[in-house]
Amino acid sequence: MLLTEASVLGTKSAAKLRAEHLGMVYDRDGESLPVLEDINLDVDDGEFVCLVGPSGCGKSTLLNAMAGFLSPTSGSVRIDGEVVTGPDPRRILVFQDRGVFPWLTVEGNIGFGLSKLSRAERTQRIAHYVKTVRLEGFENSYPSDLSGGMKQRLQVARALAVNPDILFLDEPFGALDSITRVIMRGELLRIWQTERRTIFFVTHDIDEAVQLADRVVVLSSRPAQIKDVLTIDMAHPRNISSNRYLELRDELLKQIGLAYEI
Amino acid sequence: MKLFERLRPLLLVAVLLVIWEIAIDLHPGNILPGPIAVAGGILDLLQHGLLLKYVVASLFRVTWGFALAVFIAIPLGLALGWYRRGEMAFNPLVQIFRPISPLAWIPIAILWFGVGDLAAIFLIFVGCFFPLLLTAMNAVHNIPADYINAGRNFGLSQRAFVSRILYPAVIPQLLVGLRVTLGVAWLVVVAAEMISVNSGLGFLIVDARNAGNRYDLVVAGMVIIGFIGLLLDLGMQSFERTKSFRWINSEG
Repeated sequence: MLLTEASVLGTKSAAKLRAEHLGMVYDRDGESLPVLEDINLDVDDGEFVCLVGPSGCGKSTLLNAMAGFLSPTSGSVRIDGEVVTGPDPRRILVFQDRGVFPWLTVEGNIGFGLSKLSRAERTQRIAHYVKTVRLEGFENSYPSDLSGGMKQRLQVARALAVNPDILFLDEPFGALDSITRVIMRGELLRIWQTERRTIFFVTHDIDEAVQLADRVVVLSSRPAQIKDVLTIDMAHPRNISSNRYLELRDELLKQIGLAYEI
Repeated sequence: MKLFERLRPLLLVAVLLVIWEIAIDLHPGNILPGPIAVAGGILDLLQHGLLLKYVVASLFRVTWGFALAVFIAIPLGLALGWYRRGEMAFNPLVQIFRPISPLAWIPIAILWFGVGDLAAIFLIFVGCFFPLLLTAMNAVHNIPADYINAGRNFGLSQRAFVSRILYPAVIPQLLVGLRVTLGVAWLVVVAAEMISVNSGLGFLIVDARNAGNRYDLVVAGMVIIGFIGLLLDLGMQSFERTKSFRWINSEG
């Protein structure tokens, strides 16, 4: 019985990434603190999904559970029908900062997950991703010599280099200044459109979500449940002054419980 | 301009030496030998072949005591820092031993090893062991969680994890700890040599006083200790600046 169920979920039509009745309860000094409650979510192959919600609601917890860094208290996460039991190079998490290794050069960081490849293949793969994230000329620089935006591009390159199916990004542009952040969104979209990976992106920035995502998942405050899933029915490049954009953004703000008048 | 800036500290030393000499000349007595007398003392030691012999003896003890502490305390500290349960078990013991001055171990060292090199080496070992152990433990605690998670994410084996994440991540803090602890070792060797051996710079100082109040030799010994301490520190600094640690110096 179980076997057939798994094989059904494993078929092409099933979601790439699926959370089923996912629940997470933290233990704080003996008291149980429910963080996530009955999260059900499907993400399709190649889809760009953003996760938004009030701060402290459990966005990062959900992301970490999806990526295998935390085991859920109840329910499960499946990738291609297979239950996630831990982190795996087939799905890479990109951190907000402190993600790249300061002791490795740009090349060393991008090649970090490639030790099983032959030297020639590795060199070629590194060169490709140096180019993809536009770090040409910095191959031998250490991260301390790079700007914040370059470091995040480097982290994305290191993640892509191991050829993962899914990229999990945990507020990757949260520590950048607002101009760099806008540039980075464009870069990420360009990379996503050429590389076509499934992206699961946590952000606290409503505009970021509307600019990037195919669908935006809104979490409620703790214990977090999925409040709404909003499809962003706009083709890229998106006009951020268009009525549709503003409608979608206002809808999201309303969902989160924010007035859009200050 | 640049040359002058480099020479400025030396100039200050020269001025102070002159003041010292003048002060001693104006008030002759038994307070302190002047710099010229001290220089004479150093020359004296050189001529008798004692200077080199004593310096080598002290450095020999420091090398062994320090190296033993490095090779035992650092792996142990890294392991304890990583396995929190081990640390919880060991921590009370470490906290009790840590405040005991290495000098308090002198009678025990003599009891176990007699008067000789081994006793001095043991004292240096004890003096370096606990600071290095704590440095290594704290270095592991301070590894940012993101480095550890990134390492796990890329599916490293346990061995690869140690060599490619744990080791490079603790290096900056270990280097600082090593430099400080080498200074401690140099402090301890002098004290150890005053009591438990009959060679070395510490012995020189005690011996010069006991055998005829040669205070010029006492101060000469102190000056040499200071110089060698400085050289050791400079050596550690240039080690930190080697190419493989280049990323540390520009970090921040």
